[in-house]
Amino acid sequence: MAAAWRAEIVSGACSRGIRRKIREKISMENLLEIKHMRKAFDELEVLKDISLTVKKGEVVSVIGPSGSGKSTLLRCATLLEKMDGGSLSYLGETVCKPQQGDAGDSVYVSKKELKKFHRYFGLVFQNFNLFPHYSVLKNITDAPLRVAGIPKQEAQERARELLSQLGLEDKADAYPCQLSGGQQQRVSIARALALRPEILFFDEPTSALDPELTGEVLKVIRQLAQEHMTMIIVTHEMNFAKEVSDRIIFMENGLIQEEGTPEELFHSSKERVQEFIGKLSDG
Amino acid sequence: MQFGTVLLQLSKGLVVSVEIFFLTLLFSLPLGLVVAFGRMSKNAVVRTVTKVYISIMRGTPLMLQLIVVYFGPYYLFHVRISAAYRFIAVIIGFAVNYAAYFAEIYRGGIESMPKGQYEAAQVLGYSKMQTFFRIILPQVVKRILPSVTNEIITLVKDTSLAFVIAVAEMFTVAKQIAAAETTVVPLMIAGVYYYVFNLAVALAMERIEKHYRYYEG
Ligand SMILES: Nc1ncnc2c1ncn2[C@@H]1O[C@H](COP(=O)(O)OP(=O)(O)OP(=O)(O)O)[C@@H](O)[C@H]1O
Ligand SMILES: [Mg+2]
Repeated sequence: MAAAWRAEIVSGACSRGIRRKIREKISMENLLEIKHMRKAFDELEVLKDISLTVKKGEVVSVIGPSGSGKSTLLRCATLLEKMDGGSLSYLGETVCKPQQGDAGDSVYVSKKELKKFHRYFGLVFQNFNLFPHYSVLKNITDAPLRVAGIPKQEAQERARELLSQLGLEDKADAYPCQLSGGQQQRVSIARALALRPEILFFDEPTSALDPELTGEVLKVIRQLAQEHMTMIIVTHEMNFAKEVSDRIIFMENGLIQEEGTPEELFHSSKERVQEFIGKLSDG
Repeated sequence: MQFGTVLLQLSKGLVVSVEIFFLTLLFSLPLGLVVAFGRMSKNAVVRTVTKVYISIMRGTPLMLQLIVVYFGPYYLFHVRISAAYRFIAVIIGFAVNYAAYFAEIYRGGIESMPKGQYEAAQVLGYSKMQTFFRIILPQVVKRILPSVTNEIITLVKDTSLAFVIAVAEMFTVAKQIAAAETTVVPLMIAGVYYYVFNLAVALAMERIEKHYRYYEG
């Protein structure tokens, strides 16, 4: 395919049709596409109309006040919660979309089809949620073994590789309860990475940690950003968000109020954004 | 009757008690899990039925339940009760009774599990079955072991209730000898046997609890 395009481009016959094809090819690189996502808990409209596209290799931070729906957004994207309206797709494959229009009620693909999407994403929780009865190594290898069907040897090699990348090579046989919060969070990142997700979501990965442990986790995320891991990070660490993100999204009242490069956001003309960032950037 | 004979007779009775004990556990431990699922079911009918079942099992004497299980078939269907059914009735009676208690213990344990464990497993792609049997249940077992140990120790003593439908377990035997020889010695010896039995049970449970001490939480 690609060779054929190139040939046509070289021969100067780059028709509109071909350009469209190229554009489609690029939009395939839209790893995650959310359009007009809505979500309510009973009467409470938590997400009102969220549209968000994330390309391969992009690092997007989500900031916003408590209760603005950041976690709910991640939970809908990771299928922990069902969205009410709008569409969601990974790599161009539909998870759910309205029967007609863009913003109607979401209709999900079948349960069986939904399963495969778990391959595409990983989620790192604020409070780690490691499996306490499994050793660090087993926490990381169990899902690859049981869910992805990867051979034991391979899963273990991959796990040890990840552990050494994350500075935990000596903790393989430890149990989560024997680790510090920062170490537990790094293990949970390794557990998510072991399944080789296309995109990794973080929901306030350092909020449960002491300031001195926060650094070691941020270092790991920074490292992942350098390796062009696609990530969406909900965080209150403004300086960190500014440093690693290609894009920052400011959410409030279930809407994206402002979106742009860190530069753009930190110099936003919107007073509310300025106020929020200013409040959190102190200290 | 010679002391040696008494000991031997009581030992035979003890074997029956031990049989009742193990068979009851064998059936009631898994049955309890099924009942616990019923109790937590999304289906309101299933939930109500199990709730009523548990409440009856816990709210009426086990002795009465044994009588109902033993004589029930005769009164309901007018079938002749065979001698072999005595023992079977004891096992059925104990199993359905203890299943109710275990169900409530399981339910407490399952409901005490943090939601995050389910969610972590779900995001990693575990199926519902895998999540329950690989992630949730092993942790629940650790949490409920002390309560289960309590129940099991009670069961050792409860086996003596089988006397009510004349199954020749240890207590029945002890009472017979005591009546025939007009002495309480056999009953005292039975008491010692029960105590030793329970000591063994407690030690075994302690070992299992120790095994689970390899992690905290
Ligand atoms: N399962 C639920 N049932 C009912 N209400 C919920 C549920 N989950 C979230 N909410 C509500 O939705 C709103 C948004 O919650 P969400 O957790 O998404 O906010 P957030 O932006 O992540 O906040 P924080 O910064 O405090 O984590 C809150 O008002 C919350 O109480
Ligand atoms: Mg949140």
